[in-house]
Amino acid sequence: MATTTHYEFKPWNVGRWIIWSLFALLLLVAPKVFGSNLAVTMLSQMGIAIVACLSYNILLGQGGMLSFGHAVYSGLGSYMAIHALNMVSNGELPVPVSLIPLVGGVAGLFFAMLLGYVTTKKAGTPFAMITLGLAELVFAMSLMFSEFFGGEAGVSADRMAGEPFMGITYGPAIQVYYLIAVYTFVSVALMYAFTRTPLGRMLNAVRDNPERVEFIGYNTQMVRYLAFMIAGFFAGIAGGLGAINFEIVTAEVVGTVRSGGYLLFTFLGGATFFFGPIIGGVLMVFAAVLLSELTKAWLLYLGLIFLFMVMYAPGGIASLIMMNLRVAAFGRLREIWVSYLALGVSALLVLLGAGAAIEMIYHLQLDAAMGDVVTYLGAPMNVRSASSWFGVVFVTLTCLGVFELARRQFMVQWSDIQADIEKEIKRRETQ
Amino acid sequence: MEFFIISMLNGVSYGLLLFMLSSGLTLIFSMMGVLNFAHASFYMVGAYVGYTVSKHIGFWPALVVAPLVVGALGALFERLTLRKVHKFGHVPELLVTFGLSYIVLELVQLVWGRTAVEFPPPQALRGPAFTLVHHANDSLELVWGAAQAACGAEGVLCSPFPATRGFMMLVAVLMLVALWLLLTRTRIGLVIQAALTHPEMVESLGHNVPRVFMLVFGAGTALAGLAGVIGGSTFVTEPAMAATVGSVIFVVVVVGGMGSLPGAFLASLLIGVIQTFAVGLDHSFVSLVQQMGVPLSEGLASNPVLRLTLSQVAPILPYLFLVLILIFRPKGLLGTREG
Repeated sequence: MATTTHYEFKPWNVGRWIIWSLFALLLLVAPKVFGSNLAVTMLSQMGIAIVACLSYNILLGQGGMLSFGHAVYSGLGSYMAIHALNMVSNGELPVPVSLIPLVGGVAGLFFAMLLGYVTTKKAGTPFAMITLGLAELVFAMSLMFSEFFGGEAGVSADRMAGEPFMGITYGPAIQVYYLIAVYTFVSVALMYAFTRTPLGRMLNAVRDNPERVEFIGYNTQMVRYLAFMIAGFFAGIAGGLGAINFEIVTAEVVGTVRSGGYLLFTFLGGATFFFGPIIGGVLMVFAAVLLSELTKAWLLYLGLIFLFMVMYAPGGIASLIMMNLRVAAFGRLREIWVSYLALGVSALLVLLGAGAAIEMIYHLQLDAAMGDVVTYLGAPMNVRSASSWFGVVFVTLTCLGVFELARRQFMVQWSDIQADIEKEIKRRETQ
Repeated sequence: MEFFIISMLNGVSYGLLLFMLSSGLTLIFSMMGVLNFAHASFYMVGAYVGYTVSKHIGFWPALVVAPLVVGALGALFERLTLRKVHKFGHVPELLVTFGLSYIVLELVQLVWGRTAVEFPPPQALRGPAFTLVHHANDSLELVWGAAQAACGAEGVLCSPFPATRGFMMLVAVLMLVALWLLLTRTRIGLVIQAALTHPEMVESLGHNVPRVFMLVFGAGTALAGLAGVIGGSTFVTEPAMAATVGSVIFVVVVVGGMGSLPGAFLASLLIGVIQTFAVGLDHSFVSLVQQMGVPLSEGLASNPVLRLTLSQVAPILPYLFLVLILIFRPKGLLGTREG
């Protein structure tokens, strides 16, 4: 059977085709289902955030590089893109608007090449510090060079520049959405493909055991540098899309707050799975657009959620989903749904109580001039009466106790089930 | 001359304040391997707690109470969260402190409001510690206090040095000496030093290493709290104060060499002095060349990059310094390991 040694059986990966077709379909029909202006704007921002978070995850999830300065590359990409757009408007640059995000991408790649050389000399904690320092450097520079960065007002442009191509002027938001959707789909596909390349695999190895990789003969610094440049390229594409979407770029796009946001939401979405940052990007837009409307304390809630996530579910939402899918695949989900219900209800009540307390304190601190009554979820509450405070604290503490009881019960069940599943997997392997 | 002396003193005092912060950060880092991202947040909490305490019982008690409160909070944080994620590795530890910095910022705004609070230094520290009087006949004289008598005259230039700055230097030096004595001359210091390098061995000798970690974390944050009380009353107590020093102290720690206490000291002073001098100097490349009598073309003279004055560039100098150090001496000024 010597001839068959070179024969490789490659099944047509049906699951993968289905998932990617569904993703494309989702991008295609989303604005048809949610047709309002707000929805289309949010969908566009989600596309941008998905590309940005996925590019960040090349560093955090796949390379184990914790960067505090990823917004530098998306932000500088934005600036280059908006300057290019202005040049197109003036007729100096014969590039169609549809290709402007690529200008951002090339700019991101260039700056990642320039700054990444210094940054990727180190890994681990020093890497994180250097990215923070470089982010501060670029942000401080943005206030110094107002010709390029536009100072306080930023740089604005008109995306309806150049010749319309097949009637596409990018005037209506829906056309911009489809441009972003195409770029999002292609970028996501490319970044997924990257994880399958030898370089992508080496990057994982550098994350897990750099010493061993060095012994095999690879230069870990080079692997990190290449990955950093690729991440910079996709961050620049996200930045370029942002420039077209908002038609204005201000200095905050290179700021550390933006970088922190990428880190936060990529982690919340889940850095250990490829699709985690997609969830993170969607959440990022929801938080920035809806949560910040709902409450002034949204950063506090975000910080608390992040803290608990790091402590109890370091794999983010994606890992929670995958764990439960695994439990479901072994048919054990039925046993714990009662616990889930108890946990969910008590957590919701704790959140309601604590939320009421936080809103009342915020009201006292910031809007005391607006009267003593704060409306919380439609219920009027007097911030100066003892009874509303007593009620809030009582509800919060009681539910916290119930939650802790439920959590202990759940942890026992959960670890039992996990142990059973491990045993089952072992048993199947030996068969 | 007096510009040089006063700037030097200002720079050194700012550098010493940076060292008060970076020493705690370095101690925590070299011991636990955790870079405490929220270190500057503890500095801010120190300032705000000091503000509240000094409003009720005065500044001097606040100088003792606020660091204790901040240290207790730090130890509590270590016990409740950091110890839990210790087993996941260093990146989650950094992330936990990163999350904490968000929470602290919001909580501070929740309790003390979003605008700056008025936290004046005590009566004894208002006004200048001494004044350098530049007499009309070009002689220099040092006068303790404000020197009102001499400064009114014509042709006399007075350069006062604020008492708060002097106090800042005094406290920092005292703290430095106390820290050094604690680490080298006491039993607990020996245990800490041993736990730095050989935690397993120390543990098997019967010392409670997690508790030592908690104490070190508490002590480090208490130092940040002390710096906060002094920094808050000297500069301004506002929610943005953590962000302004936060990234600079990380630069200090990297430039000095990760985990090296003497390196942190050197780097703090260097960065403090460089930044203070840069802020005070209004020269740009263009003005410098023109002073030397070299004529410049119209295009060069109006070039926006060349026209930037040193004081405009001052905010980026620490970061430029960081980049240069990383290129030419990756382990930091006095660092020993290249990690």
